[in-house]
Amino acid sequence: MTRRARLVVFLAGAGGLAALLLWAISGLPSFGNYQGPYGNVLNHVAVGARHATNVVSAVTFDYRGIDTLMEEFIFFTAVIGTTLLLRAQLAEEEEPADDDATDRRTPAMSDAVRLGGFVMTGVTFLFGVYMVLHGHLTPGGGFQGGIVVGTGVLTVYLASEYETFLRVSSPTVLDVVEPAGAGGYILVGLGGLVGGASFLYNFLPLGVTGQLPSAGMIPVLNAAVGVEVGAGIALIVAEFLEQTLQVRKKQQTA
Amino acid sequence: MSVLPYLVAAWLLLVGCYGMVTSRNLVHLIVCLSVTQSSTYILLLAVGYKAGAKPPIFFEVPVGTRAVDPIVQALTLTDIVVSLAVSALLLALTVQAHKRSGSLDPSSLTILKG
Repeated sequence: MTRRARLVVFLAGAGGLAALLLWAISGLPSFGNYQGPYGNVLNHVAVGARHATNVVSAVTFDYRGIDTLMEEFIFFTAVIGTTLLLRAQLAEEEEPADDDATDRRTPAMSDAVRLGGFVMTGVTFLFGVYMVLHGHLTPGGGFQGGIVVGTGVLTVYLASEYETFLRVSSPTVLDVVEPAGAGGYILVGLGGLVGGASFLYNFLPLGVTGQLPSAGMIPVLNAAVGVEVGAGIALIVAEFLEQTLQVRKKQQTA
Repeated sequence: MSVLPYLVAAWLLLVGCYGMVTSRNLVHLIVCLSVTQSSTYILLLAVGYKAGAKPPIFFEVPVGTRAVDPIVQALTLTDIVVSLAVSALLLALTVQAHKRSGSLDPSSLTILKG
């Protein structure tokens, strides 16, 4: 199909879709006028029932705990898939180099980038851990904090050499840490079964609302997700960097 | 009645699809897919919004304060994680496609190689 024909088909379909969307929007409750019962009920009962002041976290890790387990495994599967797709393949050795100017030297990194990255690494990592641990109290949680932790690992690469980055985020170590986070979630869920209740039933003391050790299993699940997401992001980044940098290194030695 | 956030969501969905259909670069195509997916975040958050309400976080805020729907926010979180997973996988596929065909143009991937 030519580009023109494809565009014509798309415009016809998009026109129909736009009409349907406008029709659907006209049936929605007007913006800012939420009426649904569930959100209002949860906002009133969640703090008292779960001792978590962040109701979004209470929904994610308690009321919808089993969905979040699946969500965690979607992410886990994506990390496995990325690692598999980016693994070194036999045919790659025969590939000609894309970079013609192989004798061109890479410019040295500026001191500003190095210092900025150096300062940012610790701050970003600490902030990520803070977000994971306070997920049941204030905005944040395992997924958000885990991404920030992963970004902190990436700044190590920005501020130094690839070799240093590999020492911080060694794929061998991450290959163990990442599934440990995913498995930790299941172990906490099994804890409910041991107590004679159902899977992911809260079996930990709820504590005093608003304090760091409170809300039962929610901070523990946040920590498991934080470890998994942080390690997963670092692993994905390491895999992508490996693709370009190993090829480049091969060219430089050749 | 204000429908602007809903219209923004519909616009993002359509404009993201337009970008995907007309894309000449696989990385550009994946960014367009992300734009399309962001329309669902806006739709979800808009559906749960209450005029003048606070976030559903009651840290040093008394319970019973008028707050927006926490469920759609949790769903948006799931949505974002899925979007991240899809983008990572598609970018990995793009790296492989570029290795095989030497091009990032989607229309040059139509030829099958055994």
